[in-house]
Amino acid sequence: MTSPVVEVRNLRKTYPGAGRGAAPKTAVADVSFQVARGEIFGILGPNGAGKTTTVECLAGLRHADGGTIRVLGHDPQADPTAVREHVGVQLQEAALHDKITVGEALDVFGSFYPQRADSAELLDLLDLTAHRDQQFGKLSGGQKQRLSIALALVGRPQVAILDELTTGLDPAARRATWDLVERVRDSGVTVLLVTHFMDEAERLCDRLVVIDAGRVVAEGTPAALIEGLEGHRGVRLRFADDAARSRAAQLLTALSERDPDVVGVVPAGDEIEVTGTRKVLFAVVQALAAADVVPDDVRTVERTLEDVFVQVTGRAYRAEENEEVAA
Amino acid sequence: MTAVETTVAPRAGIKARGFGKLFATELKVWLRDPAAVFFALVFPSLLLLGLGLAIPDFSKPMTDAPPPWNEAPGVTSYLPTIIALAVGTIALTTMPVQFATFREKGILKRLSTTPMPPQNLIGAHLVINVLALIVSTCAAVVGSMVVLGVPFAADPLTVLLVLVLSTSAMFSLGLLVAARAEKGATASGLGMLLYFPSLMFSGVWVPLSVMPDWMETIGLYLPLGAAAQGLTVGWFGTDGFPLAQVLVLVGWTVVLFPLGVKLFRWT
Repeated sequence: MTSPVVEVRNLRKTYPGAGRGAAPKTAVADVSFQVARGEIFGILGPNGAGKTTTVECLAGLRHADGGTIRVLGHDPQADPTAVREHVGVQLQEAALHDKITVGEALDVFGSFYPQRADSAELLDLLDLTAHRDQQFGKLSGGQKQRLSIALALVGRPQVAILDELTTGLDPAARRATWDLVERVRDSGVTVLLVTHFMDEAERLCDRLVVIDAGRVVAEGTPAALIEGLEGHRGVRLRFADDAARSRAAQLLTALSERDPDVVGVVPAGDEIEVTGTRKVLFAVVQALAAADVVPDDVRTVERTLEDVFVQVTGRAYRAEENEEVAA
Repeated sequence: MTAVETTVAPRAGIKARGFGKLFATELKVWLRDPAAVFFALVFPSLLLLGLGLAIPDFSKPMTDAPPPWNEAPGVTSYLPTIIALAVGTIALTTMPVQFATFREKGILKRLSTTPMPPQNLIGAHLVINVLALIVSTCAAVVGSMVVLGVPFAADPLTVLLVLVLSTSAMFSLGLLVAARAEKGATASGLGMLLYFPSLMFSGVWVPLSVMPDWMETIGLYLPLGAAAQGLTVGWFGTDGFPLAQVLVLVGWTVVLFPLGVKLFRWT
């Protein structure tokens, strides 16, 4: 009964190379995913990974070279107009006249759609009521971003595409925007969130795909992706003195040789980091207790989507540098 | 009812939902830009009245002209040039910058994601610019008649025809200037590069009446030069119908307009 709201299969898009004789650049090599109604679905990856190209194909702004796309049952490539009334898009850059006021912008964008959201309600939801008569050029970065989201929602869309919506915002504004996205989802809108922020995706997304160099390298809920990391549970131990630490290091190295649940033992500053399966903490504590070596402090190392990225790509996550590498 | 309508494909053109609102809002926002409004609406009249009052020869009657023009002030021969200047100013300075700025700011791309095609934004602004041109031309004509005592056109229908064709030729040129420019500044530079030579051949600096033959010949084949010459013929009504100028203007429109539309980048 619940067919996917958005379905992308084997999407491919290549741009002609810049300059004479330049090789064509493949922005999207092979991307597939499905978005269910009512979820916040993340497209996560470093800059230049192909995220924006993917959503621009979804919104009917670009022609894909291969693959199929269905949005609400329509093909946005063949029939972009069928999609536009039901998909709200917030693009990366601000895109309004400097001298148009917040209220005017909402009115004019609202007039394009068959059904429109109540302006007052929307202004209230986005905390813009006080700025209704202010000109766009005079808004702060956060206010512009919120107006941009309001414009994506003014046509009562079934799907909202939000592209890098917290870039350039201060931490407080980011958190406020995250709350807002959840409220949008709770109002029944399916949200497609494009981001290069790992923490944002982890905090907000019900499910997500990780894209790298134009390919999907991981897919699932943030919790399941992190849960699925193998040998990536980490425990950090601190000891009262060097003697205790070297004794513990000996014990744990020996342990790692006979216990498959303990994978690595490495010194980390004046601490020891032990990695392994989900049983690693249990094994470490038991071994130390048996030898009566008592650590001062034991901490489990928090794992994030960043570790997932490192595992699937084999390299560290650098959100900003990837573009130069790819170009 | 509305739920049924949503499945109907949106329409382009002025029948698109919300076009009236878009047009009204664009007009309102356009009027908030004092520089654009000044150059489009006020500058031609100000130049005409300023020169008409400042230059002594412009207020003396044109004694060597055939009657009844021998009693009209010298500035009369300058009015058609000023009307051409009004067309050229909007087409080559304000309009291309506007359109390239829409592209630079991502406004065209933003509209592409809504049911309103970005073509309609450009359409709305073409209409706004035509309205601005009507206001600025009327101001120049009425101002020069009231303040400087310039007689009205001998052949108003020819003047109107040449004005319409000049507008279509010059706006087509402006559209082409804006077609590829990534930034407002690029369009502005390119527009200026065309604007000043155009003014020269339409008699802004060397009046048409004393322009050397070779310049007049070149001017005939340029859109703004043909515009000034055609308007002059229509205003004085002593040289018949400006057929060559009309054909030149039609020719430029037929070539430039499709090219501008074809090359125009919407994202």
